[in-house]
Amino acid sequence: MPSVKMPKKSTATDMTPFVDVAFLILSFFMLATKFKPPEPVEITTPNSVSTKALPENDAILVVLDSAGRVFFSMQAEKDPSLKYTVIKNMNDTRQLGLTEAEMKNFVKTPAIGVPFSQLKQLLAIPADDQRNIKQPGIPIKDSASNELTYWIRDAVNAFASTGKKINYLIKGDNNAKYPQFKEILNSFKRNDIYKFQLVTAVEDVPAGTELYKERAAEAKAGTKPQ
Amino acid sequence: MASIDEGGGDGGHKKGPGVKKAKKLSTRVDMTPMVDLGFLLITFFIFTTTMSTPSTMDLFMPKDTDKDEDQNKAKESGALTIMLGKNNAVYYYEGQLLPDASNFQTTTFAKIRDEIISKRKAVIASHQHDPGCEKIWAKNGGDKNSCLDRDFVVVIKPDPDATYKNTVDILDEMTINGVKRFAMVDLFPQELDLIHKTEGTYVAPPAAAPAK
Repeated sequence: MPSVKMPKKSTATDMTPFVDVAFLILSFFMLATKFKPPEPVEITTPNSVSTKALPENDAILVVLDSAGRVFFSMQAEKDPSLKYTVIKNMNDTRQLGLTEAEMKNFVKTPAIGVPFSQLKQLLAIPADDQRNIKQPGIPIKDSASNELTYWIRDAVNAFASTGKKINYLIKGDNNAKYPQFKEILNSFKRNDIYKFQLVTAVEDVPAGTELYKERAAEAKAGTKPQ
Repeated sequence: MASIDEGGGDGGHKKGPGVKKAKKLSTRVDMTPMVDLGFLLITFFIFTTTMSTPSTMDLFMPKDTDKDEDQNKAKESGALTIMLGKNNAVYYYEGQLLPDASNFQTTTFAKIRDEIISKRKAVIASHQHDPGCEKIWAKNGGDKNSCLDRDFVVVIKPDPDATYKNTVDILDEMTINGVKRFAMVDLFPQELDLIHKTEGTYVAPPAAAPAK
């Protein structure tokens, strides 16, 4: 034997642990994921300690973005005819001159962010393409031109026929200004609605505070009977 | 590489002269495409996922009333007025705003909680025994301690430069500190002037918009 033969080492790595990790992460994300519903604008909501879940149905949602634009949407996936009722009524009372196809399109439209004068233009565009155009927001400035009030009124009337409890959701951006928020509240108030739900992200209760003690006591009481 | 040894049944174990030993085949599978696919899916789910589930915070507003006697029912001693200004600034005063504005103070969101807590404690400490209130609570099966901070009222006044986040944060502060009575109202002109003076954006009255 003149020389020692070096064993030929394979460059292939054992991928198995790698695959293990990859699929672990994959399964986590698959379980944790919840698809984003289509939104007209990107909203970063503030945090709050509230833990109440967001109602998904039977809700009127008013979105306020960082530039102060206001969007209105109805969450009535279970009964799309409600949205149709609203737009039909709106078309009749305000002479918007919408065609049947445009009113059908409203049902699919995720959110409205235009004044009445531009509504026909917006609804002429297919619902899926509406996010690509910049909507100026529903006018809320003063009581005379506050169109949000009418939207809310018609939506409330439409929901009233179902007899269900309606949730009034306000989703504001962190950087939205208070005056616009106040005008939204005023629009609701004009329809005699005083109970709102603000959409927020969950935040931990700071330790040592009143609520912290309360929650701790509740948690203790909750575990006792078991 | 994975390949299945076929037809090994007759050739595999036959040993004899000239017959080569069957090659030991590796059972290893090439994992690379699987990893590729796995990470592709991971990226997809990371991008589509919404991690934080939204929650909702209840906000109950009172009915607007024009009559003055319906308002200002808060006892002066137990009132704490918090004003929200530009750039997350917080201003507050206890009771009523003094004519010389000496009790007008500036603070931050981080410190306002201590102020709320100390004011609440002060109100509870100065609470006078009120059998009427306790009777009502006893009748409703409530805790009579609820009468202790009955006079404690927080008045929230966001100014036009305050952000929505500030407003929600201060409302959240009410929940955190167990403040049962709070109201969100508009600023008085003199309060707005004070805030502007503090912020350095004060414009003398003739130039300022007329107060409504």
